[in-house]
Amino acid sequence: MCLGIPGRIAAIRDAERRIASVDFSGVRRDVDLTCVAEGALDDLVGTWVLVHVGFAMSVIDEAEAQRTLEALAELGEAEEEYAAMRESAAMLEERP
Amino acid sequence: MKYIDEFRDPALAKNLFRRIESLVGPAGGTKEKPLQIMEICGGHTHAIFRYGLDKLVPAALEFVHGPGCPVCVLPMSRVDDCIEIAERENVIFCTFGDAMRVPGTRKSLMQAKAEGCDIRMVYSPLDALELARRNPDRDVVFFGLGFETTMPATAVTIRKAAADGQTNFSVFCNHILVPPPLRALLSDPQMRLDGFVGPGHVSMIIGTEPYRFIAEEFGKPLVVAGFEPLDLLQAIVMVLQQLAEGRAEIENQYARVVPANGNPHAMAAIEAVYEPRSSFDWRGLGEIDRSGVKIRPDYAAYDAEVKFCVGYGAGKAAGREPEGCRCGDVVKGLIKPPACPKFGGECVPERPLGALMVSSEGACAAYYQYGGTRREEAA
Repeated sequence: MCLGIPGRIAAIRDAERRIASVDFSGVRRDVDLTCVAEGALDDLVGTWVLVHVGFAMSVIDEAEAQRTLEALAELGEAEEEYAAMRESAAMLEERP
Repeated sequence: MKYIDEFRDPALAKNLFRRIESLVGPAGGTKEKPLQIMEICGGHTHAIFRYGLDKLVPAALEFVHGPGCPVCVLPMSRVDDCIEIAERENVIFCTFGDAMRVPGTRKSLMQAKAEGCDIRMVYSPLDALELARRNPDRDVVFFGLGFETTMPATAVTIRKAAADGQTNFSVFCNHILVPPPLRALLSDPQMRLDGFVGPGHVSMIIGTEPYRFIAEEFGKPLVVAGFEPLDLLQAIVMVLQQLAEGRAEIENQYARVVPANGNPHAMAAIEAVYEPRSSFDWRGLGEIDRSGVKIRPDYAAYDAEVKFCVGYGAGKAAGREPEGCRCGDVVKGLIKPPACPKFGGECVPERPLGALMVSSEGACAAYYQYGGTRREEAA
């Protein structure tokens, strides 16, 4: 929750709502780009962002992304985040 | 026991340890009276234990584990408020998984869920808002928790809910700020800290300016650091250099990610949605002036405290901590976790009594998991 996790912007899903589809080591989820961009979002496709609870908070370069991913994996935090993303997505699909 | 060859660049790590070794004396540290450096962020606490940095640095240097784990400083009374909301008819209560096991005075959210409350773990406040959209006849409440890193996320979600007119969505706001407890700790006469390692990702949002008072009013150095172990070692070298040279400044080891002025978009969202509370209760530290935020009246329709009349909204006094629990003294750096009479016996990660045992970023859980013996004692 507190440490941002790097992901790569795969596509802009909803420009009006500032939502992109972001790839986190194979786990895809929607991420809000409000805090990293004004105006057009298309240029951001392919770039790495540091994501906190579904919100991109910083654009980072690939070397920094890899370094951060390694550190998070060592701390066991990366897996925790991916699991939380998967469980949250599954929860939304459950019938109420 | 950890070894230097576990580091990404062992030669660089070795070099940094050598510099720490040579700087500790000139910086004023002795084995009898070690220098105390506080790492504020729970992520740093976790990294220090994971890599055994506390055992690899000289005995004349001591880490004090600061209040930077939002789960750990959450008072029991606020957990009670969560449960009070979750027990209301028609409510779906959404929380980050980290908060599920935090004990309240009656029970944890985990227990409340087992007893039939509709409590869901979400990864993002956006998922809670989506749940509200899909369940128009239910009241969806999101447990807003965390420092300045998660605060913008909740703020943007509230603005989206307002734009959509999603009136069955609200936030129980427990967001707290990093700088105010540092002022409170520095003002405590029992305190004997020599310097700080500042949080990386919080600073990415707020920048380095909000720490200036630490250097200017209290004469202590602070160095913002990344959470990779080499970042931490580098930051410690920078703190020791300042102490050795008699300087007290705010420096930034993590400039590759942390801009001096933070993230202006995120700060604008924070400013638009929240206002400071006159004070907020911190577990183990008590009420601290202007240390938490509440939702501005403009967004009162999305404020669960108003909507359900709980917490500060109900004018309730703070709850007491469990008998014998010394989380507060650990957070202040006055004792090490094993000195608490509950540590490892009545209080273990599977059955936490105190908050510092709940999260892997809490000092007690880290001590329990990785052990806390110094290298000399272990040798």
